[in-house]
Amino acid sequence: MRVHLDSEKCQGHNRCYALAPELFDVDDFGQAVLLIDGDLPDDLHAKARLTASNCPEYAIKIVEDAS
Amino acid sequence: MTDIADKDGAASPAGSASSEYVEPIFGDTPEGTHIWQRVPYNADDYGPVSSFATDFDHADPNYNPNAPEVWKELRTGGCPVAHSDRYGGMWVPITHDTVNEVAYDTDNFTSRSVVVSVGRPGDLSLPAPIGGAPPITSDPPFHNMARRLLLPAFAPKKIEPWEPEVRALCNRLLDEIGEVTPGETIIDAAVDYAQNIPVNVIGRMLGFPAADEELFRKFVHDALERIAEEPGAREGMDDLGKYILAQIDEHRADPRDDLTTYLLNVEIEGTPVSNEIAAGMIVLLLIAGIDTTWSAIGSSLWHLAQHPEDHQRLLDDPEVMTFALEEFLRAYAPVTMARMVAKDVDFHGCPMKKDDWVLLPFPAANRDPLKFEDADTFIVDRQENRHAAFGLGIHRCLGSNLARLELKVAIEEFTKRFPRFELAGDTRWSVGQIRGPRQLPVRILEVAG
Repeated sequence: MRVHLDSEKCQGHNRCYALAPELFDVDDFGQAVLLIDGDLPDDLHAKARLTASNCPEYAIKIVEDAS
Repeated sequence: MTDIADKDGAASPAGSASSEYVEPIFGDTPEGTHIWQRVPYNADDYGPVSSFATDFDHADPNYNPNAPEVWKELRTGGCPVAHSDRYGGMWVPITHDTVNEVAYDTDNFTSRSVVVSVGRPGDLSLPAPIGGAPPITSDPPFHNMARRLLLPAFAPKKIEPWEPEVRALCNRLLDEIGEVTPGETIIDAAVDYAQNIPVNVIGRMLGFPAADEELFRKFVHDALERIAEEPGAREGMDDLGKYILAQIDEHRADPRDDLTTYLLNVEIEGTPVSNEIAAGMIVLLLIAGIDTTWSAIGSSLWHLAQHPEDHQRLLDDPEVMTFALEEFLRAYAPVTMARMVAKDVDFHGCPMKKDDWVLLPFPAANRDPLKFEDADTFIVDRQENRHAAFGLGIHRCLGSNLARLELKVAIEEFTKRFPRFELAGDTRWSVGQIRGPRQLPVRILEVAG
Protein backbone atom coordinates (compact mmCIF):
# COMPACT_ATOMS: atom_id res chain seq x y z
CA MET A 1 0.00 0.00 0.00
CA ARG A 2 1.12 3.51 -0.81
CA VAL A 3 -0.20 6.95 0.08
CA HIS A 4 -0.56 9.79 -2.39
CA LEU A 5 -0.84 13.37 -1.16
CA ASP A 6 -2.12 16.05 -3.52
CA SER A 7 -0.43 19.17 -2.19
CA GLU A 8 -2.54 21.38 -4.45
CA LYS A 9 -5.69 20.18 -2.73
CA CYS A 10 -4.28 20.35 0.80
CA GLN A 11 -5.56 23.42 2.66
CA GLY A 12 -3.80 22.71 5.94
CA HIS A 13 -6.71 21.27 7.92
CA ASN A 14 -4.05 19.31 9.81
CA ARG A 15 -6.23 16.24 10.23
CA CYS A 16 -3.65 13.82 8.83
CA TYR A 17 -0.83 15.07 11.05
CA ALA A 18 -3.09 14.80 14.10
CA LEU A 19 -4.13 11.24 13.24
CA ALA A 20 -0.85 9.83 11.94
CA PRO A 21 2.28 11.82 12.75
CA GLU A 22 4.30 8.75 11.69
CA LEU A 23 3.00 9.28 8.18
CA PHE A 24 2.50 13.03 7.86
CA ASP A 25 4.34 16.11 9.04
CA VAL A 26 3.34 19.75 8.54
CA ASP A 27 5.52 22.56 7.23
CA ASP A 28 5.87 26.10 8.59
CA PHE A 29 2.65 27.10 6.84
CA GLY A 30 0.72 24.16 8.24
CA GLN A 31 0.64 22.30 4.90
CA ALA A 32 0.83 18.51 4.99
CA VAL A 33 4.10 16.77 4.11
CA LEU A 34 4.07 13.05 3.34
CA LEU A 35 6.87 11.28 5.20
CA ILE A 36 6.77 7.86 3.55
CA ASP A 37 6.81 7.96 -0.21
CA GLY A 38 7.07 4.25 -0.92
CA ASP A 39 5.37 1.11 0.36
CA LEU A 40 3.95 1.43 3.83
CA PRO A 41 4.78 -1.05 6.58
CA ASP A 42 1.73 -3.19 7.43
CA ASP A 43 1.23 -1.58 10.82
CA LEU A 44 0.51 1.78 9.17
CA HIS A 45 -2.15 0.60 6.75
CA ALA A 46 -5.10 1.25 9.06
CA LYS A 47 -3.82 4.69 10.00
CA ALA A 48 -3.22 5.59 6.38
CA ARG A 49 -6.80 4.71 5.51
CA LEU A 50 -7.98 6.76 8.48
CA THR A 51 -6.17 9.88 7.27
CA ALA A 52 -7.69 9.50 3.80
CA SER A 53 -11.21 9.18 5.18
CA ASN A 54 -10.81 12.28 7.34
CA CYS A 55 -9.31 14.73 4.86
CA PRO A 56 -12.01 17.34 4.15
CA GLU A 57 -10.41 18.28 0.82
CA TYR A 58 -9.90 14.70 -0.46
CA ALA A 59 -6.19 15.41 -0.81
CA ILE A 60 -5.09 11.95 0.37
CA LYS A 61 -5.47 8.85 -1.78
CA ILE A 62 -4.64 5.29 -0.83
CA VAL A 63 -3.09 3.17 -3.57
CA GLU A 64 -3.62 -0.48 -2.71
CA ASP A 65 -1.23 -3.08 -4.04
CA ALA A 66 -2.36 -4.75 -7.22
CA SER A 67 -3.24 -8.34 -6.45
CA MET B 1 -10.29 56.83 12.27
CA THR B 2 -8.79 58.77 9.43
CA ASP B 3 -10.88 61.32 7.60
CA ILE B 4 -12.76 59.54 4.88
CA ALA B 5 -12.54 62.58 2.63
CA ASP B 6 -8.78 62.30 2.59
CA LYS B 7 -8.39 59.71 -0.08
CA ASP B 8 -4.72 60.44 -0.66
CA GLY B 9 -3.82 59.07 2.71
CA ALA B 10 -2.25 62.28 4.00
CA ALA B 11 -4.17 61.80 7.21
CA SER B 12 -2.97 58.24 7.65
CA PRO B 13 -1.18 57.55 10.92
CA ALA B 14 2.57 57.81 10.84
CA GLY B 15 4.27 54.67 9.65
CA SER B 16 1.69 53.81 7.06
CA ALA B 17 3.62 52.45 4.16
CA SER B 18 0.95 52.78 1.54
CA SER B 19 -0.58 55.89 0.05
CA GLU B 20 -3.60 53.88 -0.94
CA TYR B 21 -6.56 54.91 1.15
CA VAL B 22 -8.12 51.98 2.88
CA GLU B 23 -11.20 52.23 5.01
CA PRO B 24 -11.49 49.23 7.30
CA ILE B 25 -14.72 47.26 7.19
CA PHE B 26 -15.71 48.46 10.63
CA GLY B 27 -15.38 52.10 9.57
CA ASP B 28 -17.55 55.16 10.01
CA THR B 29 -20.95 54.87 8.47
CA PRO B 30 -22.27 58.42 8.00
CA GLU B 31 -24.92 58.88 5.37
CA GLY B 32 -23.68 59.32 1.86
CA THR B 33 -20.08 58.23 2.26
CA HIS B 34 -20.67 54.91 0.51
CA ILE B 35 -18.28 53.06 2.76
CA TRP B 36 -21.35 51.07 3.46
CA GLN B 37 -24.19 50.81 1.04
CA ARG B 38 -27.45 50.41 2.93
CA VAL B 39 -29.42 47.52 1.43
CA PRO B 40 -33.18 47.94 0.94
CA TYR B 41 -34.16 45.84 3.93
CA ASN B 42 -35.97 46.71 7.11
CA ALA B 43 -36.31 43.76 9.49
CA ASP B 44 -39.47 45.24 11.03
CA ASP B 45 -41.29 45.08 7.69
CA TYR B 46 -40.70 41.36 7.45
CA GLY B 47 -41.28 40.02 10.95
CA PRO B 48 -40.70 36.39 11.85
CA VAL B 49 -39.67 33.98 9.08
CA SER B 50 -42.68 32.56 7.25
CA SER B 51 -40.80 29.79 5.43
CA PHE B 52 -37.09 29.05 5.58
CA ALA B 53 -37.19 27.87 1.95
CA THR B 54 -38.34 31.23 0.57
CA ASP B 55 -37.84 33.70 3.44
CA PHE B 56 -34.62 32.48 5.09
CA ASP B 57 -33.26 34.61 7.93
CA HIS B 58 -30.38 33.41 10.05
CA ALA B 59 -31.06 36.32 12.45
CA ASP B 60 -34.54 35.00 13.21
CA PRO B 61 -34.47 34.12 16.92
CA ASN B 62 -35.91 30.70 16.10
CA TYR B 63 -33.16 29.82 13.63
CA ASN B 64 -30.10 29.01 15.71
CA PRO B 65 -31.95 27.06 18.44
CA ASN B 66 -33.56 24.89 15.73
CA ALA B 67 -31.03 25.05 12.89
CA PRO B 68 -30.53 21.27 12.43
CA GLU B 69 -34.32 20.85 12.06
CA VAL B 70 -34.46 23.73 9.58
CA TRP B 71 -31.71 22.17 7.42
CA LYS B 72 -33.40 18.78 7.54
CA GLU B 73 -36.73 20.28 6.52
CA LEU B 74 -35.13 22.08 3.60
CA ARG B 75 -33.25 18.98 2.44
CA THR B 76 -36.20 16.62 2.72
CA GLY B 77 -38.36 19.25 1.03
CA GLY B 78 -36.05 19.07 -1.97
CA CYS B 79 -34.58 22.53 -1.50
CA PRO B 80 -30.79 22.43 -1.96
CA VAL B 81 -30.63 26.24 -2.13
CA ALA B 82 -32.99 28.40 -0.07
CA HIS B 83 -33.70 32.04 -0.90
CA SER B 84 -34.73 35.19 0.86
CA ASP B 85 -35.50 38.77 -0.15
CA ARG B 86 -34.08 39.90 3.18
CA TYR B 87 -30.79 41.82 3.31
CA GLY B 88 -31.35 42.89 -0.29
CA GLY B 89 -31.41 39.31 -1.59
CA MET B 90 -29.75 36.20 -0.17
CA TRP B 91 -29.22 32.59 -1.24
CA VAL B 92 -28.52 29.71 1.12
CA PRO B 93 -27.10 26.45 -0.22
CA ILE B 94 -27.87 23.71 2.28
CA THR B 95 -26.29 20.51 0.93
CA HIS B 96 -22.62 19.59 1.24
CA ASP B 97 -22.21 19.61 -2.54
CA THR B 98 -23.66 23.08 -3.08
CA VAL B 99 -21.81 24.60 -0.11
CA ASN B 100 -18.59 23.04 -1.38
CA GLU B 101 -19.20 24.33 -4.90
CA VAL B 102 -19.65 27.94 -3.75
CA ALA B 103 -16.63 27.73 -1.44
CA TYR B 104 -14.44 26.61 -4.33
CA ASP B 105 -15.80 29.05 -6.91
CA THR B 106 -13.89 32.24 -6.18
CA ASP B 107 -14.67 33.63 -9.64
CA ASN B 108 -18.42 33.84 -9.23
CA PHE B 109 -18.45 34.34 -5.46
CA THR B 110 -16.36 37.02 -3.78
CA SER B 111 -15.36 37.11 -0.11
CA ARG B 112 -15.48 40.89 -0.06
CA SER B 113 -18.00 40.78 2.76
CA VAL B 114 -18.42 37.64 4.82
CA VAL B 115 -21.01 38.84 7.30
CA VAL B 116 -24.51 39.27 5.88
CA SER B 117 -26.02 42.44 7.29
CA VAL B 118 -28.09 45.42 6.21
CA GLY B 119 -24.97 47.08 4.81
CA ARG B 120 -22.91 45.99 1.84
CA PRO B 121 -19.39 47.35 1.42
CA GLY B 122 -19.71 50.52 -0.62
CA ASP B 123 -17.50 51.99 -3.32
CA LEU B 124 -15.20 53.78 -0.84
CA SER B 125 -14.42 50.59 1.06
CA LEU B 126 -11.39 48.62 0.04
CA PRO B 127 -12.45 46.68 -3.03
CA ALA B 128 -11.96 43.02 -3.76
CA PRO B 129 -9.59 41.31 -3.91
CA ILE B 130 -8.32 42.76 -0.61
CA GLY B 131 -11.38 43.57 1.48
CA GLY B 132 -11.56 45.10 4.93
CA ALA B 133 -10.23 42.21 7.00
CA PRO B 134 -7.70 40.28 4.91
CA PRO B 135 -7.36 37.48 4.13
CA ILE B 136 -10.89 36.42 5.09
CA THR B 137 -12.35 39.23 2.95
CA SER B 138 -9.83 38.73 0.14
CA ASP B 139 -10.03 36.95 -3.18
CA PRO B 140 -7.19 35.55 -5.31
CA PRO B 141 -4.51 36.56 -5.97
CA PHE B 142 -4.10 38.94 -2.98
CA HIS B 143 -5.70 36.40 -0.67
CA ASN B 144 -2.75 34.05 -0.76
CA MET B 145 -0.22 36.83 -0.11
CA ALA B 146 -2.04 37.97 3.01
CA ARG B 147 -2.74 34.45 4.15
CA ARG B 148 0.89 33.40 3.92
CA LEU B 149 1.78 36.22 6.28
CA LEU B 150 -0.47 34.79 8.95
CA LEU B 151 -0.23 31.04 8.38
CA PRO B 152 3.14 30.55 10.13
CA ALA B 153 1.82 32.20 13.30
CA PHE B 154 -1.04 29.69 13.46
CA ALA B 155 0.71 26.55 12.18
CA PRO B 156 0.35 23.45 14.38
CA LYS B 157 3.87 23.64 15.79
CA LYS B 158 3.43 27.30 16.75
CA ILE B 159 0.13 26.58 18.49
CA GLU B 160 1.07 23.37 20.36
CA PRO B 161 3.28 25.21 22.89
CA TRP B 162 0.23 27.18 24.07
CA GLU B 163 -1.36 24.06 25.54
CA PRO B 164 -0.06 24.43 29.12
CA GLU B 165 -1.21 28.04 29.24
CA VAL B 166 -4.67 27.20 27.92
CA ARG B 167 -4.93 24.39 30.48
CA ALA B 168 -3.90 26.70 33.30
CA LEU B 169 -6.44 29.28 32.15
CA CYS B 170 -9.25 26.69 32.10
CA ASN B 171 -8.35 25.54 35.58
CA ARG B 172 -8.20 29.10 36.85
CA LEU B 173 -11.69 29.74 35.49
CA LEU B 174 -12.96 26.54 37.11
CA ASP B 175 -11.33 27.54 40.42
CA GLU B 176 -13.02 30.94 40.22
CA ILE B 177 -16.43 29.27 40.18
CA GLY B 178 -15.80 28.77 43.88
CA GLU B 179 -17.57 26.43 46.28
CA VAL B 180 -19.73 23.89 44.44
CA THR B 181 -22.41 21.76 46.13
CA PRO B 182 -23.15 18.71 43.96
CA GLY B 183 -26.80 18.47 43.03
CA GLU B 184 -27.42 22.10 43.92
CA THR B 185 -24.92 24.48 42.38
CA ILE B 186 -25.94 25.86 39.00
CA ILE B 187 -23.34 27.63 36.87
CA ASP B 188 -23.57 29.24 33.46
CA ALA B 189 -21.10 27.18 31.44
CA ALA B 190 -21.23 29.68 28.55
CA VAL B 191 -20.79 32.88 30.56
CA ASP B 192 -18.71 31.71 33.52
CA TYR B 193 -16.46 29.42 31.54
CA ALA B 194 -16.55 29.07 27.72
CA GLN B 195 -16.65 32.75 26.77
CA ASN B 196 -13.56 33.60 28.81
CA ILE B 197 -11.21 31.17 27.12
CA PRO B 198 -10.75 32.38 23.51
CA VAL B 199 -10.92 36.06 24.42
CA ASN B 200 -8.07 35.63 26.87
CA VAL B 201 -5.88 33.59 24.52
CA ILE B 202 -6.20 35.81 21.42
CA GLY B 203 -5.83 38.95 23.55
CA ARG B 204 -2.54 37.61 24.84
CA MET B 205 -1.34 36.52 21.41
CA LEU B 206 -2.05 40.00 20.03
CA GLY B 207 -0.49 41.63 23.08
CA PHE B 208 -3.60 43.54 24.15
CA PRO B 209 -4.33 44.32 27.82
CA ALA B 210 -6.20 41.56 29.65
CA ALA B 211 -8.41 44.23 31.20
CA ASP B 212 -9.94 44.88 27.77
CA GLU B 213 -11.57 41.46 27.41
CA GLU B 214 -15.06 42.81 28.10
CA LEU B 215 -14.52 45.37 25.35
CA PHE B 216 -13.58 42.64 22.85
CA ARG B 217 -16.80 40.77 23.62
CA LYS B 218 -18.79 43.92 22.88
CA PHE B 219 -16.95 44.42 19.58
CA VAL B 220 -17.76 40.88 18.58
CA HIS B 221 -21.39 41.16 19.64
CA ASP B 222 -21.86 44.33 17.61
CA ALA B 223 -20.07 42.94 14.58
CA LEU B 224 -21.69 39.52 14.42
CA GLU B 225 -25.02 39.56 16.22
CA ARG B 226 -26.51 43.01 15.59
CA ILE B 227 -26.59 42.42 11.84
CA ALA B 228 -30.18 43.53 11.24
CA GLU B 229 -29.61 46.92 12.90
CA GLU B 230 -28.56 50.13 11.22
CA PRO B 231 -24.77 50.15 10.74
CA GLY B 232 -24.61 53.52 12.52
CA ALA B 233 -26.31 52.07 15.59
CA ARG B 234 -23.62 49.45 16.06
CA GLU B 235 -21.21 51.77 17.84
CA GLY B 236 -18.95 48.87 18.82
CA MET B 237 -17.87 48.59 15.18
CA ASP B 238 -16.51 52.10 15.29
CA ASP B 239 -14.93 51.69 18.71
CA LEU B 240 -13.20 48.55 17.48
CA GLY B 241 -11.53 50.46 14.66
CA LYS B 242 -10.35 53.18 17.00
CA TYR B 243 -9.17 50.67 19.56
CA ILE B 244 -7.06 48.77 17.07
CA LEU B 245 -5.50 51.88 15.57
CA ALA B 246 -4.56 52.96 19.11
CA GLN B 247 -3.01 49.55 19.77
CA ILE B 248 -1.08 49.80 16.51
CA ASP B 249 0.33 53.18 17.56
CA GLU B 250 1.32 51.74 20.93
CA HIS B 251 2.98 48.72 19.39
CA ARG B 252 4.86 50.86 16.89
CA ALA B 253 6.17 53.01 19.73
CA ASP B 254 6.95 50.03 21.93
CA PRO B 255 7.53 46.88 19.85
CA ARG B 256 7.29 43.57 21.68
CA ASP B 257 7.14 39.85 21.01
CA ASP B 258 3.51 39.52 19.98
CA LEU B 259 1.36 39.10 16.89
CA THR B 260 0.55 42.80 16.55
CA THR B 261 4.21 43.75 16.42
CA TYR B 262 4.82 40.91 13.97
CA LEU B 263 2.05 42.14 11.65
CA LEU B 264 3.39 45.69 11.70
CA ASN B 265 6.71 44.44 10.40
CA VAL B 266 5.72 41.99 7.69
CA GLU B 267 6.04 42.72 4.01
CA ILE B 268 3.97 41.84 0.98
CA GLU B 269 6.20 41.46 -2.06
CA GLY B 270 8.89 43.58 -0.45
CA THR B 271 6.57 46.37 0.69
CA PRO B 272 5.69 46.78 4.36
CA VAL B 273 1.95 46.38 4.91
CA SER B 274 0.01 49.57 5.42
CA ASN B 275 -1.54 50.42 8.77
CA GLU B 276 -4.93 49.80 7.25
CA ILE B 277 -4.15 46.30 6.05
CA ALA B 278 -2.47 45.47 9.36
CA ALA B 279 -5.55 46.83 11.16
CA GLY B 280 -7.82 44.74 8.96
CA MET B 281 -5.85 41.59 9.74
CA ILE B 282 -5.97 42.36 13.46
CA VAL B 283 -9.75 42.87 13.23
CA LEU B 284 -9.97 39.44 11.68
CA LEU B 285 -7.83 37.80 14.36
CA LEU B 286 -9.70 39.49 17.19
CA ILE B 287 -13.23 38.98 15.85
CA ALA B 288 -12.93 35.60 14.19
CA GLY B 289 -11.43 33.70 17.08
CA ILE B 290 -13.64 34.80 19.93
CA ASP B 291 -17.28 33.81 19.74
CA THR B 292 -16.60 31.06 17.23
CA THR B 293 -14.53 29.07 19.72
CA TRP B 294 -16.74 30.19 22.60
CA SER B 295 -19.67 28.73 20.66
CA ALA B 296 -17.92 25.44 19.94
CA ILE B 297 -17.01 24.98 23.61
CA GLY B 298 -20.53 25.89 24.73
CA SER B 299 -22.26 23.58 22.25
CA SER B 300 -20.00 20.71 23.21
CA LEU B 301 -20.80 21.17 26.90
CA TRP B 302 -24.50 21.51 26.00
CA HIS B 303 -24.24 18.12 24.31
CA LEU B 304 -22.38 16.48 27.19
CA ALA B 305 -24.90 17.81 29.72
CA GLN B 306 -27.52 15.75 27.90
CA HIS B 307 -25.37 12.74 27.04
CA PRO B 308 -23.67 11.42 30.17
CA GLU B 309 -22.72 8.28 28.22
CA ASP B 310 -20.47 10.34 25.94
CA HIS B 311 -19.06 12.19 28.94
CA GLN B 312 -18.28 8.90 30.66
CA ARG B 313 -16.56 7.58 27.53
CA LEU B 314 -14.27 10.62 27.50
CA LEU B 315 -13.36 10.01 31.14
CA ASP B 316 -12.83 6.26 30.71
CA ASP B 317 -10.96 6.48 27.43
CA PRO B 318 -9.18 9.86 27.03
CA GLU B 319 -7.74 8.70 23.70
CA VAL B 320 -11.19 8.88 22.17
CA MET B 321 -10.88 12.68 22.30
CA THR B 322 -9.04 12.57 18.96
CA PHE B 323 -12.32 11.53 17.34
CA ALA B 324 -14.73 13.19 19.75
CA LEU B 325 -13.17 16.58 19.10
CA GLU B 326 -13.89 16.30 15.38
CA GLU B 327 -17.39 15.01 16.05
CA PHE B 328 -18.16 18.00 18.29
CA LEU B 329 -16.90 20.18 15.43
CA ARG B 330 -18.99 18.33 12.87
CA ALA B 331 -22.26 18.14 14.76
CA TYR B 332 -22.01 21.58 16.35
CA ALA B 333 -19.95 23.55 13.85
CA PRO B 334 -20.40 27.16 14.91
CA VAL B 335 -19.49 29.06 11.77
CA THR B 336 -21.61 29.93 8.76
CA MET B 337 -19.62 32.05 6.33
CA ALA B 338 -20.91 34.24 3.51
CA ARG B 339 -19.99 35.39 0.03
CA MET B 340 -21.33 37.98 -2.37
CA VAL B 341 -22.24 37.11 -5.94
CA ALA B 342 -19.46 38.63 -8.08
CA LYS B 343 -21.37 38.56 -11.35
CA ASP B 344 -24.77 37.32 -12.49
CA VAL B 345 -24.70 33.54 -12.49
CA ASP B 346 -27.12 30.65 -12.78
CA PHE B 347 -26.41 28.31 -9.89
CA HIS B 348 -28.35 25.04 -10.14
CA GLY B 349 -31.30 26.89 -11.63
CA CYS B 350 -31.07 29.80 -9.17
CA PRO B 351 -30.77 33.16 -10.95
CA MET B 352 -28.15 34.78 -8.73
CA LYS B 353 -27.56 38.48 -9.31
CA LYS B 354 -24.37 40.46 -8.73
CA ASP B 355 -24.16 41.66 -5.09
CA ASP B 356 -26.70 39.13 -3.82
CA TRP B 357 -25.55 37.54 -0.58
CA VAL B 358 -24.80 33.83 -0.35
CA LEU B 359 -24.69 32.23 3.07
CA LEU B 360 -22.32 29.29 3.41
CA PRO B 361 -23.72 27.13 6.21
CA PHE B 362 -20.85 24.71 6.79
CA PRO B 363 -22.78 23.41 9.82
CA ALA B 364 -25.60 22.32 7.46
CA ALA B 365 -23.10 20.66 5.10
CA ASN B 366 -21.82 18.71 8.11
CA ARG B 367 -25.22 17.13 8.61
CA ASP B 368 -25.88 16.19 5.00
CA PRO B 369 -26.88 12.50 5.00
CA LEU B 370 -25.43 12.10 1.53
CA LYS B 371 -22.02 12.84 3.02
CA PHE B 372 -22.22 11.49 6.56
CA GLU B 373 -23.72 8.26 7.82
CA ASP B 374 -26.31 8.93 10.54
CA ALA B 375 -25.60 12.60 10.00
CA ASP B 376 -27.89 13.82 12.76
CA THR B 377 -26.46 11.37 15.30
CA PHE B 378 -23.48 12.31 17.47
CA ILE B 379 -21.06 9.37 17.36
CA VAL B 380 -18.31 10.04 19.87
CA ASP B 381 -15.72 7.91 18.03
CA ARG B 382 -16.86 8.51 14.44
CA GLN B 383 -14.05 7.13 12.26
CA GLU B 384 -14.82 8.71 8.90
CA ASN B 385 -15.35 12.42 9.39
CA ARG B 386 -14.51 14.83 6.59
CA HIS B 387 -16.37 17.66 8.30
CA ALA B 388 -16.26 21.20 7.01
CA ALA B 389 -16.41 23.03 10.35
CA PHE B 390 -13.36 25.09 9.37
CA GLY B 391 -14.57 25.66 5.83
CA LEU B 392 -13.49 24.17 2.53
CA GLY B 393 -11.07 25.46 -0.06
CA ILE B 394 -8.69 28.41 0.12
CA HIS B 395 -10.36 30.10 3.11
CA ARG B 396 -9.89 27.19 5.52
CA CYS B 397 -10.05 28.78 8.99
CA LEU B 398 -6.64 30.26 9.68
CA GLY B 399 -7.04 29.73 13.41
CA SER B 400 -8.27 26.15 13.24
CA ASN B 401 -5.29 24.73 15.11
CA LEU B 402 -5.74 27.22 17.93
CA ALA B 403 -9.51 26.67 18.00
CA ARG B 404 -8.99 22.89 18.25
CA LEU B 405 -6.50 23.28 21.06
CA GLU B 406 -8.84 25.54 23.04
CA LEU B 407 -11.86 23.31 22.43
CA LYS B 408 -10.02 20.13 23.38
CA VAL B 409 -8.49 21.50 26.55
CA ALA B 410 -11.69 23.30 27.60
CA ILE B 411 -13.73 20.10 27.32
CA GLU B 412 -11.06 17.97 29.00
CA GLU B 413 -10.70 20.22 32.01
CA PHE B 414 -14.44 20.84 32.48
CA THR B 415 -15.36 17.17 32.20
CA LYS B 416 -12.57 16.14 34.58
CA ARG B 417 -13.51 18.77 37.17
CA PHE B 418 -17.24 18.04 36.93
CA PRO B 419 -17.63 14.33 36.07
CA ARG B 420 -21.42 14.73 35.92
CA PHE B 421 -23.56 17.75 35.10
CA GLU B 422 -26.96 18.34 33.49
CA LEU B 423 -28.93 21.15 31.90
CA ALA B 424 -30.62 23.35 34.49
CA GLY B 425 -32.96 25.69 32.67
CA ASP B 426 -33.21 27.34 29.30
CA THR B 427 -30.23 27.55 27.01
CA ARG B 428 -30.13 30.86 25.13
CA TRP B 429 -28.62 30.61 21.65
CA SER B 430 -26.73 33.28 19.72
CA VAL B 431 -28.25 35.19 16.81
CA GLY B 432 -26.67 35.27 13.36
CA GLN B 433 -23.93 33.40 11.52
CA ILE B 434 -22.13 32.09 14.60
CA ARG B 435 -24.17 29.42 16.36
CA GLY B 436 -23.68 28.54 20.00
CA PRO B 437 -25.11 28.93 23.49
CA ARG B 438 -24.88 32.42 25.01
CA GLN B 439 -26.40 31.26 28.29
CA LEU B 440 -25.99 27.66 29.36
CA PRO B 441 -27.16 26.97 32.91
CA VAL B 442 -25.98 23.57 34.10
CA ARG B 443 -26.36 21.87 37.46
CA ILE B 444 -23.19 20.29 38.77
CA LEU B 445 -23.92 16.75 39.96
CA GLU B 446 -20.42 15.66 40.90
CA VAL B 447 -17.12 17.37 41.63
CA ALA B 448 -13.78 15.66 41.20
CA GLY B 449 -12.42 14.95 44.63
